[in-house]
Amino acid sequence: MEWIERRGQVLGTAALGLLMVGGYLGLVWAPPDVNQHDVMRIMYLHVPIAWDGELAFGVVFVASIMYLWKRDLKWDRLAAAAAELGVLFTALTVALGSIWARPVWGVWWTWDPKLTATAVLFIIYVGYLMLRLVAEDPVRRARQAAVVGIVGFLDVPLIHLSSQLWRGLHQGATFRVLQDPTLDDRMQVALIVNLVAFTVLFAFFLGQRLSLGRLEQRRDEILWEEAQRV
Amino acid sequence: MWADQVWAVLRKDVLLEARSRANVNAIVFFAGLVLLVFSFALGPNRAHLQTAAAGILWLALIFSGVLAFGRIYQIEAENGAFEGLLLVAQNRSAIYLGKMLGATVVMLLVEIVLVPLMAVLYDLDLSGGMPILLLACLLGTIGFAAVGALYGALTMSLRAREVLLPLLLLPVTVPILLGAVKATGVALNGGHGDLAVWIELLVAFDIVFVTAGLLTFEYAVGE
Repeated sequence: MEWIERRGQVLGTAALGLLMVGGYLGLVWAPPDVNQHDVMRIMYLHVPIAWDGELAFGVVFVASIMYLWKRDLKWDRLAAAAAELGVLFTALTVALGSIWARPVWGVWWTWDPKLTATAVLFIIYVGYLMLRLVAEDPVRRARQAAVVGIVGFLDVPLIHLSSQLWRGLHQGATFRVLQDPTLDDRMQVALIVNLVAFTVLFAFFLGQRLSLGRLEQRRDEILWEEAQRV
Repeated sequence: MWADQVWAVLRKDVLLEARSRANVNAIVFFAGLVLLVFSFALGPNRAHLQTAAAGILWLALIFSGVLAFGRIYQIEAENGAFEGLLLVAQNRSAIYLGKMLGATVVMLLVEIVLVPLMAVLYDLDLSGGMPILLLACLLGTIGFAAVGALYGALTMSLRAREVLLPLLLLPVTVPILLGAVKATGVALNGGHGDLAVWIELLVAFDIVFVTAGLLTFEYAVGE
């Protein structure tokens, strides 16, 4: 955890380089899709960003459990940082999915199970951030947020399952990445490079947000000490 | 001992509601009002209302549930009653289970009034699907109360709790809403659909979140 905070420059440079390579592979090197042509290239952005969102919520879950176990506020800072990134990335996922749906399905929004589930997850973690905003006492806030972070993540499989059932049992996944036999070798390589690039980018963002969180905590402590003296 | 404490909390909450009655009455009335308002919004077409009935019923129950889950902790806010409760409980999960069951009882009372009212308003025949309807109401209510009793405790000491409770509760209970509406729809409008799968989903949700509530309640409240 401290490592990603200290190695910001390395991670940032690596993310930038990988994103440039990934962009080239996705936009130029990989062949266009048979049916969707160039429209399908948004996948190289959409799928890695969706992955970052799920990864972020996983980090919130683990960090929340670690906080309740160890009672060390650094885990709370990690959960808060990851939750903010998760909200950012799920919002982007929904927006990109919507942009992709417009030319392919003809509408901006459909009640596609994955789109619906992602939107619900987005709202759950917006609630998590709202709770953090209104709670005042930092220790109490950490504990309450941890409960919401754990309960929210337990809901993830149920939300995915129920939104899929809701759209009809027999409708297969809209898009199956990596097991999809129609995905060309070069497409797979481009997708994997982009997945790695966005994972590194996620680590970079997380590190930056963590050091900001550390400064915020220090500021609050100083303000509190000042208030005690007056 | 643990079971005794669960029973004591449950009995206390239900007795309080039964003796004062003002709350249950207000919540029942509010739920009936939601049914009525939705009928106005959707228009007087009977066939239209009948297909939408399951969804409207659960929306009315969710809205009144949010009131009920906030309420079961508001009654503890006076005279530091909740601190006392936290002190006497050996294990705080007993308070959670008692509160959760208490909220379930209140919501079931609301449903006993609401379902016949709905049948009259929308001209529905309940006789055929009664067992399914009872099962859907029971499982759905337990699921809502499982999360509601936890989040109600979590938000009780916060400012803006009136907004925060629904904001936290509603998205988490989306699977319950979907499952309960689908199962209720089968009960009201016939057809089998995928009833078994929805019931399984409701049972899974109930088990996961009652367990999660029992384990995390002590972190949601107090020191």
